[in-house]
Amino acid sequence: MLLEVKNLKVRVEDKEILKGINLTVKSGEVHAIMGPNGSGKSTFARALSGHPGYEITDGQVLYNGQDLLDMDPDERAREGVFMAFQYPVEIPGVNNAYFLKAALNAKRKQQGLDELDAMDFMKLVKEKLKLLHVDDSLLQRSVNEGFSGGEKKRNEIFHMAVLEPTLALLDETDSGLDIDALRVVSEGVNAMRSPERAFIVVTHYQRLLNYIVPDHVHVLSDGKIVRSGGRELALELEEKGYAGQTAAGARK
Amino acid sequence: MSTATKQIEELANTEYKYGFVTDTEQDIIPVGLNEDVVRLISSKKGEPEWLLDWRLKAFRAWLKMEEPHWQNVTFAPIDYQGVSYYAAPSEKKKLNSLDEVDPEIRATFDKLGIPIEEQKLLSNVAVDAVFDSVSVATTFRSKLAELGIIFCSFSEAVKDHPELVKQYVGSVVPHTDNYFAALNSAVFSDGSFVYIPKGVRCPMELSTYFRINAKNTGQFERTLIIADEGATVSYLEGCTAPMRDENQLHAAVVELVAHTDATIKYSTVQNWYPGDKNGKGGIYNFVTKRGICKGDRSKITWTQVETGSAVTWKYPSCILQGNDSVGEFYSVAVTNNFQQADTGTKMIHLGKNTRSTIVSKGISAGRGQNTYRGAVKIGKNASNARNYSQCDSLLIGDRCGAHTFPYLEIKNTTAKVEHEASTSKIGEDQIFYCESRGIAKEDAINMIVNGFCKEVFRELPMEFAVEAQKLLGISLEGSVG
Repeated sequence: MLLEVKNLKVRVEDKEILKGINLTVKSGEVHAIMGPNGSGKSTFARALSGHPGYEITDGQVLYNGQDLLDMDPDERAREGVFMAFQYPVEIPGVNNAYFLKAALNAKRKQQGLDELDAMDFMKLVKEKLKLLHVDDSLLQRSVNEGFSGGEKKRNEIFHMAVLEPTLALLDETDSGLDIDALRVVSEGVNAMRSPERAFIVVTHYQRLLNYIVPDHVHVLSDGKIVRSGGRELALELEEKGYAGQTAAGARK
Repeated sequence: MSTATKQIEELANTEYKYGFVTDTEQDIIPVGLNEDVVRLISSKKGEPEWLLDWRLKAFRAWLKMEEPHWQNVTFAPIDYQGVSYYAAPSEKKKLNSLDEVDPEIRATFDKLGIPIEEQKLLSNVAVDAVFDSVSVATTFRSKLAELGIIFCSFSEAVKDHPELVKQYVGSVVPHTDNYFAALNSAVFSDGSFVYIPKGVRCPMELSTYFRINAKNTGQFERTLIIADEGATVSYLEGCTAPMRDENQLHAAVVELVAHTDATIKYSTVQNWYPGDKNGKGGIYNFVTKRGICKGDRSKITWTQVETGSAVTWKYPSCILQGNDSVGEFYSVAVTNNFQQADTGTKMIHLGKNTRSTIVSKGISAGRGQNTYRGAVKIGKNASNARNYSQCDSLLIGDRCGAHTFPYLEIKNTTAKVEHEASTSKIGEDQIFYCESRGIAKEDAINMIVNGFCKEVFRELPMEFAVEAQKLLGISLEGSVG
């Protein structure tokens, strides 16, 4: 069992957003989290990644048997948790390649591996660029500085490819993407699917799930998972909308 | 203040790692400043009559001047009578070999990592180590002497090369220039003297380390660097000082003279004791640094990384007198906790086709107040002058401040002057983004700050660039909690 979420409650600025989430994820699986605005989808992803603005008020999260909530965000990342942000922030003056090398080596150091020198790192990076069909001009630029929305999302997937996480959280990766960008990003994610890796994909629209086909779909409503199913659930939601999926509605 | 911002503000207790004192016997004259003290200093150093007169003239002028308070910094009143103006270790004889140096003093230098022993000088840097107010040892002198390069203490230069000293001292910073320059001219103790003869390229970087050791001793260093026609030199100044409770005054004067086709690069990494995290103690760094591009096509570059001192007040400047001369200023100034800085530069364009570049990066954290004051003056005969100024501020947390006062005084219509300024913050979300990639918070801050300072670090001599980056990391530790 890669991830076990037990009765997770999360508060943001004195408002309880998640009211008891229960979820289990095995390696190799792709779980989609869907739901209406304000249901707590992004909150869930951010709480798992350790974002400082999110206060855990109850519950437990086990990651590979370890207490995830007890770890600092950078520690979680080094242990293999990756977050693809909905709104990736810019870091001017910090070169994208340099940044990734520092991140990768931090992870390798934690795992007791040798750090990669510049040459080996560039070799690895070039492979990943090819895999994702991404231009290497991405490497020359500062992290996300001056990137278009689509470029930022692609950069997130590029980071993911280089860091090879065990659990990848994709927070509304499709938001703001045109059809072509969506395809490229999805291909990138699919190229990274493996039995050793699990994905939690947070999304509004079913469309992304045409490209990144999930194994499980969960509907989040008012801070709780009200329904779970296979990929057909996503199609059903597309057809019928979220309205019938409130906690009360699901019980009917 | 939200919890998140409070976290940003949390200050770590970083031990000032250079905070130690050497217990060596010192020859200190009692506190106080009057004409007798000036005479005493001069006689202790065995100075010629002309220099004593020069000091007295400066002292008398100082008495008539008033301490300036226009800077955007506040400091406790300085008790000029409560300071001792001279401290020398008790070595009286001239040191020919390093074995003669007081072992305690030698140990101090070792602790500071100064490679005084020639065997240790793998980095090929000649070091003129100043212990408090007297130069103790000079290395590599013989190698430099072969090229005709003079690199010695100011006091030695007065004895061995009086004609050079007399010709140039006060020619760039006259004692009338300002209050602290007058004080320095009266009571300066020692410093470095460098002369590079015509056409000579100094083969190694010249360096000096300072230390303020004895209680209540201000430091009044005087440095004079002269590059004759076609000469080139790169000089490094790095300072450390031990922990003290009373504020200590550091009022140095640095004069640079570059003749035709000569180049001088003066780099500083300054790490004076900044005061504890409640703003108590710390050094007052009131320095007058100025260079004159006397000859055509001469060039002077100031690069500095200032992370220390409780209060910093300095404007390394260039007077661009020669035609086609170039002045440059690259600076990173950090203020954390309760530090204050009012720094910048003056570029004075007098000759034709002169060029100046100013890149100033100010980083404020904690309750630090960072002020940039830059003056670009283009004289009426300075045709075709060009200036580019870039002044960037980075704020960490929400209780610090950055202030900018650019002055542009342009008296010639052919001048081209550009000024850019930016202010940015290190946001929590930037830090979190780095953490989400596995990069620890302190490393994230270092990375972002280094990215911010890149343009300046690029101009530093390599050894300094490494030290500067480390220093930046130390001085910003705990600034984003």
